[in-house]
Amino acid sequence: MVNKDLLDYTIQLADDVMILGHRLSEWTGHGPVLEQDIALTNIALDLIGEARNLYQYAAKLEDNGKTEDDYPYKRDVREWTNTLLVEQKNGDFAQTIVRQFLFDCYHYYHLEALSKSNDEQIAFIGAKSVKEARYHLQYSAEWMVRLGDGTEESHTRMQKAIEDKIHYFEELFIATETEARLIEMGVAPDLSLIREKAYAKLKTVIQESTLSLPENVYTQKGGRDGMHTEHFGLILAELQYMQKSYPNMSW
Amino acid sequence: MVIDRDHIIQILKGVSDPEIPVLTIEDLGIFRDATVDGDGKVTVHITPTYTGCPAMDMIRVNIRAALQEQGIDNVEVLQSLNPIWTTDWITEDGKRKLKEYGIAPPVEQTTDKSFINGEKKIVPCPQCESTNTEMVSLFGSTACKAFYKCLDCKEPFDYFKCH
Repeated sequence: MVNKDLLDYTIQLADDVMILGHRLSEWTGHGPVLEQDIALTNIALDLIGEARNLYQYAAKLEDNGKTEDDYPYKRDVREWTNTLLVEQKNGDFAQTIVRQFLFDCYHYYHLEALSKSNDEQIAFIGAKSVKEARYHLQYSAEWMVRLGDGTEESHTRMQKAIEDKIHYFEELFIATETEARLIEMGVAPDLSLIREKAYAKLKTVIQESTLSLPENVYTQKGGRDGMHTEHFGLILAELQYMQKSYPNMSW
Repeated sequence: MVIDRDHIIQILKGVSDPEIPVLTIEDLGIFRDATVDGDGKVTVHITPTYTGCPAMDMIRVNIRAALQEQGIDNVEVLQSLNPIWTTDWITEDGKRKLKEYGIAPPVEQTTDKSFINGEKKIVPCPQCESTNTEMVSLFGSTACKAFYKCLDCKEPFDYFKCH
């Protein structure tokens, strides 16, 4: 019998990195300079690679003929369980960097903990991807400082980006009911410890960037329950266009 | 035809990496093992360098082609994350070849966590050995490389990131 909790959790992990990877891939050919274009698409490649490992595992758990492609290409909005942060629009470079940095603060420490999961395959995927996520965190943290402590214009844009995106940060640390059961079993990591480390990193870098975190932030959430923002349908429209126009096509 | 495992391994040791053709999949530590079962079916075990590395598909094709050339058709290539690849597996010979090719080999140990504090590593220039170098971008032409420049000989160069 399929372990439904483990399956749902695997897909949830995959959805976060799939959607952020897809968002970053939209920068291909549009980066402010060549090096940054390459950097963002490299990160996209790592994240989509992580998503593939997880979707492959999900397909193996289901063992009913599905492949890794069924999850990203054949599910509709309500079936996706990624957080709202990752689906937010790229906006300007400041918005992309802040979204990335917030996710990296969570992702790096989350993967580090995931590599100690009781589930062998989840642990391997965590241990593999954490090596890549360290470079993502280093990259986004450097840009936070460079732009935050840069010109008046870059500082203003970065501060605005933080105020726009910070509402979505907390959702990353709220365990779903499924996740809570898996935390009990040692499959999923304890989010409170990860939250502590992520906030410590966030605060250090914000300070170094001469930026400030707004007070009394409300939390915008719903992604884990399939309740997405208005941007999400547009992502799927592009991501799933070929499969919807030509069902089961491949190349 | 009797298929000899040692012969298979010799063939596989000659398969080069599509992105860095001076290195073989053995130098990089991508090739882990090969087995031959009673029916003569060959199973090759490989492990990916980077999760999203697009070269892995090409490597599978090249492995099949190399074996097919020697008349070995019944081949399965399995990819596994166990154990997880690390730059520590790049052979000494591999590191030397990387440097000669103009790519600086990894300088850190994978257990090093000083990056969290933003500490910078000194990467010597593969052309002139100068340590007066500067990172241009953490992400280079492929997933496994960063982009540097030498401030003495002025040459840009790739650095194989520690992983």
